[in-house]
Amino acid sequence: MDLTVIWAFIIAFAVFAYVVMDGFDLGIGILFPTFAAGRERDRAMNSIAPVWDGNETWLVLGGGGLFAAFPLAYAVILPATYPLIIAMLLGLVFRGVAFEYRWRDPGHQRFWDMAFTGGSLVAALAQGMTLGALLQGIEVVDRSYAGSWWDWLTPYTLLTGLGTVAGYALLGSTWLIWKLDGAEQDHARKLAIWAGGATIVLMGAVSLYNIALNEEYAAHWLAAPQIYWVAPVPIVTAVVSLSLLHGILNARNSKPFWLSIALFFLGMSGLGVTIWPYVVPPGLTIWDAAAPERSQIFMLVGVAITMPLIIAYTAWAYWVFRGKVADEGYH
Amino acid sequence: MLENLDALLLARIQFAFTVSFHFFFPAFSIGLASYLAVLEGLWLKTGKSVYLDLFKYWLKIFAIAFAMGVVSGIVMSYQFGTNWSVFSDVAGPVIGPLMAYEVLTAFFLEAGFLGVMLFGMNKVGRKLHFAATLMVALGTFVSAFWILSVNSWMQTPTGYILGDNGQYLPGESWAAIIFNPSFPYRLVHTVMAAYLTTAFVVGAVGAWHLLKDKANPHARTMFSMAMWMAAIVTPAQIVAGDMHGLNTLEHQPAKVMAMEGHYQSHPDGAPLILFGIPDSEAKTVRYGIEIPKASSFILKHDWNAPLAGLDTVPDDMEPPVPIVFWSFRIMVGIGFTMLGIGLWSLWGRVRGTLYDLPWLHRAAVLMGPSGFAAVLAGWITTEVGRQPFVIYGLLRTADAASPLDAPAVAASLLAFILVYFTVFGIGVWYILKLMGKAPHPGEYGVKRGDVGPIRTAGITPGPTQNPGGEEPLPSASPEKEPV
Repeated sequence: MDLTVIWAFIIAFAVFAYVVMDGFDLGIGILFPTFAAGRERDRAMNSIAPVWDGNETWLVLGGGGLFAAFPLAYAVILPATYPLIIAMLLGLVFRGVAFEYRWRDPGHQRFWDMAFTGGSLVAALAQGMTLGALLQGIEVVDRSYAGSWWDWLTPYTLLTGLGTVAGYALLGSTWLIWKLDGAEQDHARKLAIWAGGATIVLMGAVSLYNIALNEEYAAHWLAAPQIYWVAPVPIVTAVVSLSLLHGILNARNSKPFWLSIALFFLGMSGLGVTIWPYVVPPGLTIWDAAAPERSQIFMLVGVAITMPLIIAYTAWAYWVFRGKVADEGYH
Repeated sequence: MLENLDALLLARIQFAFTVSFHFFFPAFSIGLASYLAVLEGLWLKTGKSVYLDLFKYWLKIFAIAFAMGVVSGIVMSYQFGTNWSVFSDVAGPVIGPLMAYEVLTAFFLEAGFLGVMLFGMNKVGRKLHFAATLMVALGTFVSAFWILSVNSWMQTPTGYILGDNGQYLPGESWAAIIFNPSFPYRLVHTVMAAYLTTAFVVGAVGAWHLLKDKANPHARTMFSMAMWMAAIVTPAQIVAGDMHGLNTLEHQPAKVMAMEGHYQSHPDGAPLILFGIPDSEAKTVRYGIEIPKASSFILKHDWNAPLAGLDTVPDDMEPPVPIVFWSFRIMVGIGFTMLGIGLWSLWGRVRGTLYDLPWLHRAAVLMGPSGFAAVLAGWITTEVGRQPFVIYGLLRTADAASPLDAPAVAASLLAFILVYFTVFGIGVWYILKLMGKAPHPGEYGVKRGDVGPIRTAGITPGPTQNPGGEEPLPSASPEKEPV
């Protein structure tokens, strides 16, 4: 099999893992102000405190992996979305330190809670808008970004940004349904209904917009014979969406969370169908931007050896902190 | 053209600023992770509670430092692309995989086990918890391995071939890229610097509390451990630094010329300029205090060996001499002061007065931040010394930047400066507050949340263990939950 294709899937997996895993962290950050200061917020934050750092590492793998496997794409996308990337990085600074600072300084806990929310919101919005900026196309001349520095700001990127915020809020609220109980679980359930509804609507809007965005994207979905291959994606998405809403209303455990992940998986698959075979539409395919075979093989060996271990010890860390968040923190 | 120049300068300032800030945190956490592993290991081996208390005391500080290191580190991993896109494109096939290995073998390891290390002491067994601590410590070291390999390749590039599209591509052997000529020296020198940085912080905290109560067993233990490091590692570090310098002379002679302030060649023995004011316009060091022929002796082990000067280097390939000259002297000066502290402590130890030397303790407090200053000065020496190249001899810094306009970079630089100084300034303040409290029996860990009942029995000190020590009241402490 073509190594470049394998690497495209590895990067896609890293991005998916990041979006899902840090997605629920950021979602909890976005929803944080709706929880009462004190016990409710403490429990919500304690549910992710042991795992957020590992979750965020997938972002470094996504960025570092893109640098290594598709250096030209990395060198084009980041300057093209410069203000978004800087905003995301600074948002993640506030979000990350808030985990520690809010406990160190009870007098300013409200301030760090706001930083936690603000940082999460900015990071989520910037990530979604970056995705939109990539999908709508980036102008490249002579291996270099050639557009202006406001190209990333359009109605379409705002839509993808909002969709990402809503999606992360869905992941965060369904995670909390799983990890909390009692009145706090009921509160998470209410949030999840709103976030789930918004996510489904915005996902549909982005999908339609994609088809209107350019003819090639539309052809990926509507032209025969592809239409027979890709038609199951929207159909399954509709089924998953309905079970998700049903699960949010009824389930007391992890079911809504897993269905949210399934929804994200379908969404990302849809984006894959749309953008393939480009890594930077409209000009650069994955083969145009790929690192040489020697680099790909060297890294593939590393991935083959380390990825099963990473998944194993990450799963173990989650297992250690399994179950509902206890009243007294972790006991 | 002028606008491009401005954008370039701003991008350079932004990288220097963000990497310097970031470097403080790993310089501290590499050493601190190992120190925590040693403390936990000693506790498991001896069962002495003083080690467990110290472990929990430093764990709280580690949690803050590590969080700051993580968030400032993510900035670095994206900044290659945002601001140095030409560099990323042409060097990506060679150094990209090394950085991917850093993520796979180091970042995941640290982050994956950090949660268990911080919060899992009552969730997993003692040995498993110790294993988690070891994995975090190992992760910090592996991270240093890869990122210093990348940096060293940019200083002494080997094992590459030039591709048709202008990219540098990996040659036959990855070992030739990873183990490039300056890497072993840089790795040893930098990791020992990180250990010394931590040792002097730990020593300063121990000394601070000894000055308040010289009987405090926790302060004694950490001060003694830190002084062993100062006495043993500092001489080793000076030797390693010397070897690193000789390696630099072989591969980047212009950098050594700038470090030495040798504008002119010396065919029969070059002087060692101790101090002076380099003047790059006039190409001379003014008011220099020199030891004749000593530089030749240090660099060539021969008093009369000829040494080339910057007059043999074209002007447009010359690094900025004054910065390199001064940062090198600051680093070396701090190194020898550290050696002095180490020897002083040995003298006190031999006479049995290690805990009764208030002037040593005051000096150790003063030296607390010295490791950070030395690390930064050394970093500036090596990074500024390889200018005007970003990949030595191959790619000029001026040709490596992203096609960004100056206002965009100016805005981001301003944002980084504001956010870093406030956010990390506050973080350092929290760390100093934690350090200001004396470690005590029944030290808290990093568990948090004030939803549980407060159990005071677990933190009541034994009557003779901590006479006169400052025992914070449980209700006044930010962490209310006993472990």
